[in-house]
Amino acid sequence: MLAVAALAAGLSGFSSSAFAQAKEQFFPLLAYRTGPYAPNGTPWANGKQDYLKMINARDGGINGVKITFEECETGYATDRGVECYERLKTRPGVTIFDPQATGITFALTEKVPTDKIPLITLGYGLSVAQDGMAFKWNFPLMGSYWTGADILIQHLGKKEGGLDKLKGKKITLVYHDSPFGKEPIPLLQERARMHGFDLQLLPVTAPGVDQKATWLQVRQSRPDYVLLWGWGVMNSTALKEAQATGYPRDKMYGVWWAGAEPDVKDVGDGAKGYNALALNTSGQDPKVIQDILKHVHAKGQGSGPKDEVGQVLYTRGAIISMLSVEAVRRAQERFGKGKVMTGEQVRWGMENLVLDQKRLDALGFTGVMQPLSTSCADHMGSFSARVQTWNGSKWSFSSDFIQADEQILKPMIKAGADKYLADKKMTRRTGTDCQS
Amino acid sequence: MFYRENGQFKTSYRADQQILPISQDRLAMAIILVIAFAVVPMLASDYFFRAILIPFVIMALAALGVNILVGYCGQISLGSGAFMAVGAYGAYNFFVRIPGLPLIPALILGGLCATVFGILFGLPSLRVKGLYLAVATLAAQFFADWMFLRIKWFTLDAPSGSVSVASLQVFGLPIDSAVSKYLFCLSVLAVLALLAKNLVRSAIGREWMAIRDMDVAAAVIGIRPMYAKLTAFAVSSFIVGVAGALWAFVYLSSWEPAAFSVETSFRLLFMVIIGGLGSILGAFFGAAFIVVLPIFLNQFLPLVLGLVGIEISTAGISHAELMIFGALIVWFLIVEPHGLAKLWATAKQKLRLWPFPH
Repeated sequence: MLAVAALAAGLSGFSSSAFAQAKEQFFPLLAYRTGPYAPNGTPWANGKQDYLKMINARDGGINGVKITFEECETGYATDRGVECYERLKTRPGVTIFDPQATGITFALTEKVPTDKIPLITLGYGLSVAQDGMAFKWNFPLMGSYWTGADILIQHLGKKEGGLDKLKGKKITLVYHDSPFGKEPIPLLQERARMHGFDLQLLPVTAPGVDQKATWLQVRQSRPDYVLLWGWGVMNSTALKEAQATGYPRDKMYGVWWAGAEPDVKDVGDGAKGYNALALNTSGQDPKVIQDILKHVHAKGQGSGPKDEVGQVLYTRGAIISMLSVEAVRRAQERFGKGKVMTGEQVRWGMENLVLDQKRLDALGFTGVMQPLSTSCADHMGSFSARVQTWNGSKWSFSSDFIQADEQILKPMIKAGADKYLADKKMTRRTGTDCQS
Repeated sequence: MFYRENGQFKTSYRADQQILPISQDRLAMAIILVIAFAVVPMLASDYFFRAILIPFVIMALAALGVNILVGYCGQISLGSGAFMAVGAYGAYNFFVRIPGLPLIPALILGGLCATVFGILFGLPSLRVKGLYLAVATLAAQFFADWMFLRIKWFTLDAPSGSVSVASLQVFGLPIDSAVSKYLFCLSVLAVLALLAKNLVRSAIGREWMAIRDMDVAAAVIGIRPMYAKLTAFAVSSFIVGVAGALWAFVYLSSWEPAAFSVETSFRLLFMVIIGGLGSILGAFFGAAFIVVLPIFLNQFLPLVLGLVGIEISTAGISHAELMIFGALIVWFLIVEPHGLAKLWATAKQKLRLWPFPH
């Protein structure tokens, strides 16, 4: 029976590649709608999918090239993520992978250069991958954990009346004990060295439901600020624990993955005053969200409940799909309009994105995100974010856009990328490689 | 009738004691080996290799190791994931810290690290047994999780705690294509499976089984429980450690401690129980069941439901996969508590008597 099962699994692998059809750009969608991270993974996946459906319904695809997509459930597990990647990467017209998990990103980073498929990791993944000269296939667009941590420290400095006022203050990082949570540490240590604040590191074991010991330490050390690097159930748990500990929520600052509706909804009033970074706005006002409601949800083809459309993570999913679609569009401008782009061509498009305010307005993303343009050397495009505060029922912005300090990031990224290249016995890309 | 041994006479003890005494078995094994080593590499697709065959082969190796400890020696262990992790990180440290160290010695050294770790955490087995031991070995799991997350030395101070290896090669041949990875893992599996099979047939294997069946009686007839239990822990963790190193190096190539979480330990234990306790073949069945079946269900369900015109969501498939998988485990264990290997043995027995059962 097992042999039959194995054979059939193989056959379905073969037969699915037989669906080969011209003129279709295939978007593999890795997602997790089950498991401990499902509350956050689901709106994200819905947003990604709905935007693609909307492009098909409203524009008839990208310059006439129809979009197809298939979801694959990873459950946030690295091995299932790798399986999904292997399953979907051979499809004709495969565009881009968004692994939706830092662990899967690490594993796929080793694989995409040989398969020649770009990897988009919007707001997560490897911070050093901003260096496009070292990481040809990785695109941590709109921000990495280093820029996030930098923005938070700058914001705290501003609140205190100058970064030098941070001297002697105690800042605690409560983090998910995984590559995701550990990424910001080098930058925070660098900043701590520069400004002389005391950095306390408190790990929380994944998935983060047990934080009693961590918050006991918070209670003992009474830090001036708590930075929260959590994802999924860990965030709401942290807020509840803070409430139980009596730690003021308005002194807690989450990364942008700790600043969405599922994180605070269950805590309600207990989360009042809690701050988090925001990469994008939320709400149903932007034109793109209206378009999704009109062209997808009104026809009963929405991927999730209608009232969740436009939430923070939903909008972020839509942004990821928009950037992927725009990369295809950009590639078509160079390699031929109305054609299906290969992974290599999409990579070029990703590397030459120009999304100025005018373009964003045309796309319906007015005010949703900052303009962004990428280049060979810079795979991030923009690195600013705002701070938002939860008032008990909705998020509202409590700061202007803050830009991460390039003076600090650049040498760290260069050093990290060089170390990566040395470990892998690879060399930097040359200027001519940028043209390809 | 096709599976009859009359007419096959053994004239020496040697012939009587070979691994596969029946000529049909020898033929079948030869065919399987030829298929695995020669036919499959020609036919299978890249996806089939990377997503199904390689994980299956590596997990079969790990299950083999666990089976020696749990199935043959009766020492229930929930720390197998930890032994895999120690193997992986051990091999990684040797591989990266000693420039020019070839892959195979690195794997063996990783296995030896796991051996030491296994013996250390096997010590409680001298005092406690059964469920109590299972809980004691769970400590190994938590200790390894803690160690590789916290002690930066093991990850070469990688800021994110995630490590990776590149440019693997064996005897100058690069291990980067799907076929070469598969053949390499399969070779390791074949060699270690043969060694394991011979070990369990030898004096030490009989000691393990005696301990498993009744340790007091075994001690009375002169078997040293300490020696038997600790060797079982050593051999088992060596094999599991090598499997862990392969999982990290060949399958994931970049990994974090979560890749060897407590869930891995559970999965390995399920593989052994479902495959068949105390059976080398069972490790293969168990690994196939646990590794391949969920992936198969995940792809097969939407296909079947699509035929009858039902569209199912990704989350729906995932939930259905878990439910069917769980139901199958329960059903199998009710129908055949001794695992899939026992089913196979029963089938063989029936074939011998066919078509005139008595």
